[in-house]
Amino acid sequence: MSDEPRHESGTPPAGPGDRSLFKDLTGDGIDWRSAMLVPLLALLTAMLVGVVIIALTDIDALRLWFKDPGAAFSETRQTVWGAYHALLIGSVGSMRALSETLTQASPLILAGLSVAVGFRAGLFNIGANGQMLVGGMFAVYIGITFDLPAPIHLPLAILAGAIGGALWGFIPGLLKARTGAHEVITTIMLNLIALRLVDYFLKTSLFQAEGRPDPVSSDVHPSAELPRLLGFLDRVDLRVHLGIVIALLAAYGVYWLLFRSTIGFEYRAVGLNPQGARYAGMNVVWLYVSVMAVAGALAGLAGADRILGVLTRASPGFSGSVGFDAIALALLGRSHPAGVVAAGLLFGGLRAGGQVMQVRTDISLDLILVIQALVVVFIAAPALIRAIYRVRTGEGATEQLAKGWGST
Amino acid sequence: MELQLRGITKRFPGVLANDSVDLTVRSGEILGLLGENGAGKTTLMNILYGLYTADEGQVLIDGVPRAFAGPGDAIAAGIGMVHQHFMLVPVFTVTENVVLGVEPTRGPGIMNMKEARREVAEISAKYRLAVDPDALVETLPVGVQQRVEIIKVLFREADVLVFDEPTAVLTPQEVEGFFGIVRGLRDAGKAIIFITHKLREVLQIADRIAVLRRGAVVGEVAPGEVDEARLAEMMVGRPVELTVHKRVATPGDLVLEVKDLIVVDDREHVAVAGVSFAVRSGEIVGIAGVQGNGQTELVETLTGMRPAISGTITIAGRDATHFGPRQTHQAGVAHVPEDRQRHGLILGFTVAENLILNSYYEEPYSHGIAMDWDATNADAEKLVGDFDVRTPSVAVPTSNLSGGNQQKVIVAREFGRDGVKLVVASQPTRGLDIGSIEYIHARIVAERDAGAGMLIVSTELDEVMALADRLLVMYGGKVVAELDPKEVSNADVGLYMAGATP
Amino acid sequence: MTAAVADLQVRTPAEKRRSRRLGIIYIVLALFVLWAFGIGSSGEGDSTFRLVRQTDRIQDLFGWDLNLVLPAAMVAYVIAAMLGFVGAVQLTRGFKRLDHVVLSVVLILVVFAFLTWAAAGRSFSLAGMLDETVKRSVPIALGALAGVMSERVAVVNIAIEGMLLGGAFVAAMVGSSFGSFWAIVAAMLTGVALAWVLAVLAIRYRVDQIIVGVVINIFVLGLTSFITQRILSQNPHLNRAEILRPIKLPLLGDLPIVGPILFEHNIFVYGMFVLVAVITYALFHTKWGLRSRAVGEHPKAADTLGVNVYGYRYMNVMLGGAIAGFGGAFFIQGSVGSFDENMTAGRGFIGLAAMIFGRWHPVGALSAALVFGFADSLAGKLSILEVPIPSEFLLMTPYIATIVVVAGVVGRARPPAADGVPYIKES
Repeated sequence: MSDEPRHESGTPPAGPGDRSLFKDLTGDGIDWRSAMLVPLLALLTAMLVGVVIIALTDIDALRLWFKDPGAAFSETRQTVWGAYHALLIGSVGSMRALSETLTQASPLILAGLSVAVGFRAGLFNIGANGQMLVGGMFAVYIGITFDLPAPIHLPLAILAGAIGGALWGFIPGLLKARTGAHEVITTIMLNLIALRLVDYFLKTSLFQAEGRPDPVSSDVHPSAELPRLLGFLDRVDLRVHLGIVIALLAAYGVYWLLFRSTIGFEYRAVGLNPQGARYAGMNVVWLYVSVMAVAGALAGLAGADRILGVLTRASPGFSGSVGFDAIALALLGRSHPAGVVAAGLLFGGLRAGGQVMQVRTDISLDLILVIQALVVVFIAAPALIRAIYRVRTGEGATEQLAKGWGST
Repeated sequence: MELQLRGITKRFPGVLANDSVDLTVRSGEILGLLGENGAGKTTLMNILYGLYTADEGQVLIDGVPRAFAGPGDAIAAGIGMVHQHFMLVPVFTVTENVVLGVEPTRGPGIMNMKEARREVAEISAKYRLAVDPDALVETLPVGVQQRVEIIKVLFREADVLVFDEPTAVLTPQEVEGFFGIVRGLRDAGKAIIFITHKLREVLQIADRIAVLRRGAVVGEVAPGEVDEARLAEMMVGRPVELTVHKRVATPGDLVLEVKDLIVVDDREHVAVAGVSFAVRSGEIVGIAGVQGNGQTELVETLTGMRPAISGTITIAGRDATHFGPRQTHQAGVAHVPEDRQRHGLILGFTVAENLILNSYYEEPYSHGIAMDWDATNADAEKLVGDFDVRTPSVAVPTSNLSGGNQQKVIVAREFGRDGVKLVVASQPTRGLDIGSIEYIHARIVAERDAGAGMLIVSTELDEVMALADRLLVMYGGKVVAELDPKEVSNADVGLYMAGATP
Repeated sequence: MTAAVADLQVRTPAEKRRSRRLGIIYIVLALFVLWAFGIGSSGEGDSTFRLVRQTDRIQDLFGWDLNLVLPAAMVAYVIAAMLGFVGAVQLTRGFKRLDHVVLSVVLILVVFAFLTWAAAGRSFSLAGMLDETVKRSVPIALGALAGVMSERVAVVNIAIEGMLLGGAFVAAMVGSSFGSFWAIVAAMLTGVALAWVLAVLAIRYRVDQIIVGVVINIFVLGLTSFITQRILSQNPHLNRAEILRPIKLPLLGDLPIVGPILFEHNIFVYGMFVLVAVITYALFHTKWGLRSRAVGEHPKAADTLGVNVYGYRYMNVMLGGAIAGFGGAFFIQGSVGSFDENMTAGRGFIGLAAMIFGRWHPVGALSAALVFGFADSLAGKLSILEVPIPSEFLLMTPYIATIVVVAGVVGRARPPAADGVPYIKES
C-alpha cells in the first residue's frame, strides 16, 4: 500500500496512439515473437510427451522389451514415427487433408471464440459443449421441419443455431449476474443436462427419423445444408464448406466487438476489474448476461456448423469433444480472435491428421485429447516453459483471471 | 539489550529501497523512524522481521549477527512487529489470533484454548490493554484491534517492538492513550521502534529520531533540537510548505444538499444514521472522522454505488437520491474514490483507456457503438501533460505506474472534464509521496477556485483541517459538529471525532 | 464499526423483496402440491412406505413388516395446507433467523408429497431408498471433503472430477491384478499425484486455479479414455476388480430401521463418516487446523507469524487429493467393479456444489452430499415406480438440484477469504 516505486514489468512500451491492427493482433503491445514462442514450445513439448505415452501404452512392444530390446525399440520407433507421420500427412499432406483440416477447424474456431469472449469478460464458459448441442438442435429443427428455398432456409437454420446457443448461454449468465452462482458449475451442469435433453428429444416425433428405432434425427433438407466450397470439383472427399467462412467472419466480428466497440470496452473492463467497472457506471449484470449470450450464440453457431455442414443430422453427443477443445483453444490463443483462429487451425489439423493416424496405426483419437490437454498445461504455465527452456517471455495471459467463488 | 542494523542495503528491480542503513536502538528507549511514503521504512522493518532478506548488511543483537530466514526466527530472537495493516484473521477470536503459530497444546497437536485464554487475559491486565478474549476480531473497533496486535507481540515475549504507522486509525485522544501504552512498554524495558510520517507525533513520543529519505538515513536528531519544518525538510530534501495556501472561499449556489440520509452497510447495519449537510460551489467542505463512522458508506451513496434507505440527495437542483454511478457522473459529479486501485482504475487497462473510463460512451471518444481511438489518444496525451502524469506513454498498462501517478490519472480524468459541479474525493492523498500530495492539494484548491463544490473526506486530520473551508465531523453515522477550521484546535476536533464534546 | 452507531432497525428493500419472493414461492408450491398430487392426480389408494428392506434380519426376528401406510390424496392436502400456511407467514413477517431451516423443511415436505403421490396404490421401499441415498452420496461427499481441505487453505480445486475419475481408473486396473487393498492405496496415490500437479501449478507458478483444474480434468478424461480403448478393451481381465461386500457393525447394525441404513455398509461409507468426524475435529481443535484456516483466511497474517503458508497449502491440497482418490476407488470397489469411460459423470462438480452448500464445513458438506445422493437415488427409484417422467429427465435431477443449490446459496455463504488468490511471498 505504501508508495514503493513500481517495479518495471516485462512488456516494452508501445508508441503513442499506436492502435494498428498489428498491435491488436499481438494483444496490447506484447512482443510478437515472444507471444508465439511459448505456444510453439508448448506444442513441441506436448508432442514429445505424446511420444512417451504412445510408447508406454503399446503393450505388445512393452512385452517385447524384455525379450529383445533392439526389436522392441525399433518397433516402438516405427509406431511413433507412423503416428506422427500419419498426423502430418492427414493434416496438410494433400488437398483432401487441407480440406479436412478446414472442415474440422471451423466449429473449433467458433467454439473457441465462444470461450475466448467469455474469458475476456472474466467468465469461464465451460458450457460451450451444451451450447453447441442446443444450438445444433435448434438448427436441425429448422432444417428438417421446413422446406424453403436455400437463400432463406440456410440463414434461418444458422440463425436458429445461434439463438439456441444464446439461450443456453444466457441462463448461466443470468444466474451469475443475479445470484452470483459460479458459471463453472452452472455451465458444466447445463452441459450434462443438454446431453440428456438431446437424448430425449431425438426419440420424439419432432426429430426422430421415420422408421428408425434409434435416437437419430431425420436428415436436414438439402436447402439448409452448408454448401461445399469445392463442390465444383466434384470430389466427395473434399468436405470443406461455408462454415469456415462463417467462422472467419465471426472471428473478425469478435475482434471488432472486443477492441473497437464500446460494448467490447465494457466487457474487457468487467473482465479486468468488475468493481472498477461498476464504479465507472457500467451495468455489470447486463454485461455478464449479454456476454454469455454472445458466447452461447457463437457456440450455437459451432453446433449449427457441425450439423448443417458435415453431419446433416443429429445423433446423441454430436458435438463430440469440441466444447472442451474450445477451452484449450481459447487459452492457446490468449483469448484473442486471431490467436483463436490460429489455434483452431492447428487443432483442426491435429484432428484431421488424427483420423488418418487412427486408421493407419490403431492409436485412438483420444491421444489427441491428451496432447491438447498437455498443450494447455504448458500454455497455462508459461513459467513452466520458461523453466524448461530458459526463455524470457512476457506475462502469461492466464495468470490470475478469476478469484475463487466470489459473487462479483 | 541492543539491536543494531548495520549497512542494510536492499534492491528491487529498478529501485534502491534501502541504502546502507545504520540504526541502533536499546532497551528502554523509543527510536522514531521518520520518512515520507516510499522512503523505505517498511522495507527496512520487513528485513528486520525476516520477511525480506537484505542484499547487504547485518542485523546484530547484543553484538551478535543474526540471520532471519523468516518471521519465525525474528520472533524467536525477540523481535515483535505491529504492522501498519493489521495482520489479524477477521473470523478468528482474539485468543486464536494471539496464539496462532505458538499455540499451547495438550496432547499431540491438540490445542489448549483454556490455557491460551488465561494467558491472554494475564497480559491484557498486566499492560492495561483491555480486550475480550473470545470476541471475533471482525466485530472489534480498530482501536481494540490494535491492542490485540500488541498483545500478540507481547505473548511472544518480544524485547524489541516495532510499530509501523500505528496512529493512522486513531482519534487524537486515542493517540494520547496509545502513547501512554508505548511509554509504559518502554519503561518496562522494551526497545521500541516507532515508524511514522507524522511530524508532530514523532516529536512527541520519540527519544531519538532517525530520518530516512530515499532509502538512506539522512540524519539522527533528538526531539528537542528540531521542529516540524526542519524535520520535513530532512524528509524531502527541500524546504516544504506545511500549510496549504488558499484564498478565502466565496461560496455560491448550492451544488449538493443532503437531507436526513439513512444508509445501510453490507452487513445490513445502519452506517449513516440521518445525515444532513450542504456544499456550495466555490467552497471546500471537509469531513473528518475516524475510519468506520459511516464516511465510506456516505460517499458510496452520494456517488450512486449504494442505495439510500431514506432521505434525499439533491445535486444542482436535481433529485439524485436514486441515481446510479453513471447518472451522478452525468449530473456533474466527479469522484476520486478511496480505494484507487480497485474502484478508481482498471489496472489492466492502458492510461488512455482509464482516462475515458466513465465517458467512453460519449462523443468524441465513440460514435454510437464504435470507439474512436484516435480521438481518445489525443485527448489522453493532453491530459497527461496537463496533470503531470509521469508515464512513458498513454498506451502502457496503468499497473506500471507508481501510486502517485495512478492517483494523478484519476485526478486528471475527474478534474479534467468540463461541467464538473461537485467533486467528491475520499482519502485523496493516502499513501502518496510528499510531491504528489502537494500537487493534489494544489489541484483541489484550483478546482474550488474554478467554481466547483468540493467534498473532501479524509481520516488525516491535518489534511482536512488545512484544505477545508468548512469542517464536518462524523461519528457513529451522524454529523456531530460543523466547524470553522480556523477557529478550532486539533484537540477539540479530536474530541468530536471520538464522540465527545469539548 | 465504532460502538456507538445508532441502533435503527431497518430492513433493506432487498431483504424485504427476498422475503416476499420466498413467501410467494411457498404459496405457489402449496397450490402445485394441491393440484398435482391432490385434486388432479390419479393417485388412488394408499401409499405404502416400507421401512424395512426385504433382506433385513429384523423381519425374520419378529416376522412383521414395518410399514408406513398413508392415504395418498390426504397427504397431499395436508402438506398443501401446511405449505400455504408457511407461505403466508413468510410473505407477511418472514422467519428471519430460521429462514434456512424453514426452506429445508418446505423442500422436504414437497418431496415427500411427490413420493406419496408417486407411490399411490403401490408399495415403495423407503428404507431401500434411504440406503441408496447414503451409498450414492459417498463419492459426492468424499469429493466435497477433498474440496473443503483444499479450499480451507484457499486453493480452488476444480480438478476433483479428474481426481475421482483417475482414482477410479487406477483402482480398476490395480484391483484387477493386485486386489482391493492395493487398489485403494493406488487410487489414493493417484489423487495425491494429481493434487500435487494442481498445487505446483497454482502455488508455485501461480497459474489461475480454475484453469489448472479444468485442464487436469480434460487431461485425465482424455488419458483414461485413451488407455481404456487402447488396452482395456482388448484385455478385459485388467478391468475386473473385486467389489467389496458390506460389513455389518455388531450391535448397531441390529437396531430397527436405523441399523441397516447406517450401520451395514462397505468401508467407503464408514470411511466417509469417519473422515468427516476426524476432519471436523482436526480443523477446529488442533494446531494444524488453526494454522490451515489462517492460511486460507489471511495468509499474510499467518506468514508474519511464522506459519509456512506454501507448506500448508501443498499439504492440504494433497491430503484432499488422497481423499478424492479414495472416492474414486468407491466407483470400483464400492460399486460396479470395472471402469467405464467418464464414469464419474459430473459427481466431482456436484461435490463442489455440496461443499458450497455446506459452507465449507465438513459436516455441512456431508449433509449436502446426502441431499444430492437423495436426488440421485430418486431417479432410479422413480423409474421402478413407473412414474410418467422420461428417464432422461430423471437422470437430470442431480444436475438441476446442483444449479438450484449454487444459485440459491452462494453470495450468502462466505468462502475462506483468500480463496482463489495465490499467495505471493515477497523477499
